[in-house]
Amino acid sequence: MSDHVLDISLIVNGERVREHVDARKTLVDFLREDLSLTGSHVGCEHGVCGACTVRVNGEIVRGCLMLAVQCDGAKVETIEGLSDSGEVADLQMAFEQRNALQCGYCTPGMLTTAQDLLTRAKNVPSREEIREYISGNYCRCTGYHAIIDAVESVAQARAKRKVKP
Amino acid sequence: MKPSPFAYIKARTLKQAVTLLAKHKDDARLLAGGQSLIATLNMRLSAPEVLIDINGIKGLDGIAKKGKFVEIGALARHTQVECSDIISKHAPLIALAMPHIGHPAIRNRGTFGGSIAFADPAAELPACILALDGEINIAGPNGKRKVKADAFFKGLFETALRPQEIVTAVRIPAADRSTRVGFSELARRHGDYAIVGLAASARVNGQGLAGVRLAFFGVGATPVRAKKAEAALVAGNIDAAVDALDLEPHDDVQATAKVKKHLAGVLLRRVAKQLLEARL
Repeated sequence: MSDHVLDISLIVNGERVREHVDARKTLVDFLREDLSLTGSHVGCEHGVCGACTVRVNGEIVRGCLMLAVQCDGAKVETIEGLSDSGEVADLQMAFEQRNALQCGYCTPGMLTTAQDLLTRAKNVPSREEIREYISGNYCRCTGYHAIIDAVESVAQARAKRKVKP
Repeated sequence: MKPSPFAYIKARTLKQAVTLLAKHKDDARLLAGGQSLIATLNMRLSAPEVLIDINGIKGLDGIAKKGKFVEIGALARHTQVECSDIISKHAPLIALAMPHIGHPAIRNRGTFGGSIAFADPAAELPACILALDGEINIAGPNGKRKVKADAFFKGLFETALRPQEIVTAVRIPAADRSTRVGFSELARRHGDYAIVGLAASARVNGQGLAGVRLAFFGVGATPVRAKKAEAALVAGNIDAAVDALDLEPHDDVQATAKVKKHLAGVLLRRVAKQLLEARL
């Protein structure tokens, strides 16, 4: 086997995947083209827009700035996984209720990033903190206010749930 | 766009990485965090034949206080540095700069050594290392060597690294009670490369400052010391320091040279204030 095509084995959304990939294939292209997980979107392809945001080993990364071969042995989670497990169900509901999406292109990355903020923040994040955390995710439709409204409302709701036994 | 084809080799040891670099010479690139490299591959601004992935090399990601110095391993991720107690306690300038680097998803992958070796003139860390009079630890076919930051950044994306060498760590003096640091940058969007930025360090000397080092970024081919302004700040005169700024920025997509020069003065006033306030 040449070094141009490699065998990789990884866990994607909880399932073991073994594939033969081109060394030059980015993670997001691998997810979309080889695994048909088209929820992760390809926008700018140079790490600016955040549409390809996925989780690798529990941390959010740019799917366009990591190669699929680098994920050999890793645990990858996409919006399909976060959605199916119900992990972001409340965020998805809030996005819908508050019109935090129009075309929806940025939404998977936006949800993944918002979920990362909410799981890491010790307290309910301020609007400013939410704005800053999602500053690496472009949205060309909403003007961001509705997205911040949605994330803030979920942060508050989750904090309330935590207080109740 | 998509990268042109390349071979991928995962190096397991530093020695193996150096040997592979020696073998493939200019056809190879090292892959660390990849947050700049993979973007340039995708855009086909760079088309190496071989990528040598150094992420699997053990022992290159440590952060430790060693005597009067803090040593940051080349493979330490930005997030790891940002969350490090050693950094927040002993390297306050790095701690100040960290949140300005990219976005969380970028900081989870990008590495400290990668940022130094790539030497983007608008990046935060090269300027911080220069302001701190840091030292870059390098490994190559002829063994190890150290280069001071003042001699490391040579030109646009050009460093003192020789073709087969690898940055292994960066060493900076640990802060003590007399240390003062300042950091500020102006960017259109949080996390973007700065239009202009300034990293600074100094020591308290009675009522004033000594050993002032001002490292501007985004104003030239490398991070740039403003030595005349440093002298004016030691003399205690902020207005004179701003007047003494002799930067020669060029117009770029973000701002004209004139705007950059003006903003450099604005940043100098802000950072001088930080330096003059107690920090530790």
